[in-house]
Amino acid sequence: MNVAVNIIKEKYSNRINEVVIGTDPHTVKAGGDSTLPFLLFEGETPNRPLVALEVWDIEPKQWPEILTSEFKGVMSNPAAWAGKCEEYGADLICLTLAGSHPDNLDSSPAQCAETARAVADAVKVPLIIMGCGVEEKDVQVIGEVCKVLEGRNCLVGCAKQDSYKTITASCIVHGHNLIVSNPLDINIAKQLNILVTEMGLPSNRIVIDPLVGSLGYGLEYAYSIMERIRISGLSGDKMLAMPMFCQIGQEVWKTKEASSPVEETPEWGDQARRAVLWEVVTAATLAQAGGSIMVMRHPGSLKQFLVHMKNLMEE
Amino acid sequence: MILIGERINGMFGDIREAILSRDPEPVRRWAMRQYQRRADYLDISTGPSLEAKDQPGAMEWLVRVAQDAVDLPCCLDSTNPEAIQAGLEAHRGKALINSTTADQWKIDIFLPMALKYKAALIGLAMNEKGVPKSAGDRAALAMEIIVNADAGGFPLEDLYLDPLVLPCNVGQEHCPEVIEAIRWIKTLADPPPRTALGLSNVSQRCAERGLLNRTFLVMCMAAGLDAAIVNLDDDELLKAVAASKVILNKEIYCDSFLAAFGNRD
Repeated sequence: MNVAVNIIKEKYSNRINEVVIGTDPHTVKAGGDSTLPFLLFEGETPNRPLVALEVWDIEPKQWPEILTSEFKGVMSNPAAWAGKCEEYGADLICLTLAGSHPDNLDSSPAQCAETARAVADAVKVPLIIMGCGVEEKDVQVIGEVCKVLEGRNCLVGCAKQDSYKTITASCIVHGHNLIVSNPLDINIAKQLNILVTEMGLPSNRIVIDPLVGSLGYGLEYAYSIMERIRISGLSGDKMLAMPMFCQIGQEVWKTKEASSPVEETPEWGDQARRAVLWEVVTAATLAQAGGSIMVMRHPGSLKQFLVHMKNLMEE
Repeated sequence: MILIGERINGMFGDIREAILSRDPEPVRRWAMRQYQRRADYLDISTGPSLEAKDQPGAMEWLVRVAQDAVDLPCCLDSTNPEAIQAGLEAHRGKALINSTTADQWKIDIFLPMALKYKAALIGLAMNEKGVPKSAGDRAALAMEIIVNADAGGFPLEDLYLDPLVLPCNVGQEHCPEVIEAIRWIKTLADPPPRTALGLSNVSQRCAERGLLNRTFLVMCMAAGLDAAIVNLDDDELLKAVAASKVILNKEIYCDSFLAAFGNRD
């Protein structure tokens, strides 16, 4: 007996904004979805999740050998490092200006701007610019970098609850897109988006950073918050209809599961395989929750993640 | 919550004058004002004082003037089928017909008309015998309309059922029945039919109209009300709607929830 199966399709009233990063002909697009991730039968998913690889302006001290070995010889030169990431197939370069941290080199805004320009000149792919996380310093550094990179249409982070005005103004004046961070809090996410758009930044230049956790360290919580943001955005809440940004590498590589060498934990097996899997599973899960831009560290993770995305994006 | 602005109605002196002298200015002004104040639809009514033969022409004119001023759909409000028909002819986009009763002869006029023009339709829970008192009798009349819509291939998501509220100084005992009727109507079909109310009627010729209106609206929203014809000039009413949407978990809370609700885009 044949039973006709009626596929129930959800019709949403809104779609996620499409944010364009970079300049022609090397732009990338995030978001634009009219349904939940990968429900290709139900609506449009015009852009697959993007992957950025991280580049720092100093040599990171905490990165394990299985990670640094992938960038041998280039980590002292951010422009060369970025070139290597482009070679590995990154959609974007995420330049983290860790050197500006007062505990690191305390590099000046001008030095940071020079580094950013060198990286931008070295690659074709668009840039994400992240500060060092110390708000007073980031305000100066990001302002200068935004100015030097005017016209390159970068994605710049991060606007936060207590310090969103200066960075938002820099993005408006110098024509960049903005990452707006919230501590896994949908109410703050919405509030900040309202404040930032009230300043005059168009909503299709905003990306939400929900500050995700890694597999084993709050991934489920991040998933449920992101899912709620996405459903609200699709259901008509324009102040939550932004693509989401996930700092995967930063979270994964501080876990014991990724950083512990095989000599320490032989029962966990080969470290490189384990760490890459950890990074891929975290990113793949958050892509299912609606993440549009994944910042990762290991080129092997990038490769595996993109294979998985290719399968999910095929009808 | 779908808000339908009540102000373009010949019941109001300025609109009546505008209709008689074909002066577009007051209509334009109210269209723009209600648009800015977050209307989803503009209710358009020639008012009862106009002769039946003049109603179609007036309706057509009002719809054109309103839609030339703002990009909003209209809720065509008349008991005269010819006036509704004239409004539908002039209307751009998806109109809302206000309304049919549960009388079969009226359903047989308005349902095919709504289908023909791909308009949505408000069905009143009343018939020639008048407005029933109990929630159950209101739901029974609503069901008559639902059954007709279903049988006629009318999309149920385009059907709004209005349990009809009477002024609380006249039919006070009706108010709780209306709230209960909203709950009942929402269980009559799957997906649940939509519900609508002409809100300001609850406070006709009463004191403290704003307070009565917004209190009743909030209670009805909690019972599942989807749409209401309201006085959008009432700030406190809009604030109560914004707060109710948050409390009912229809809108994600944020500190600027009032501003977020008030923003047109």
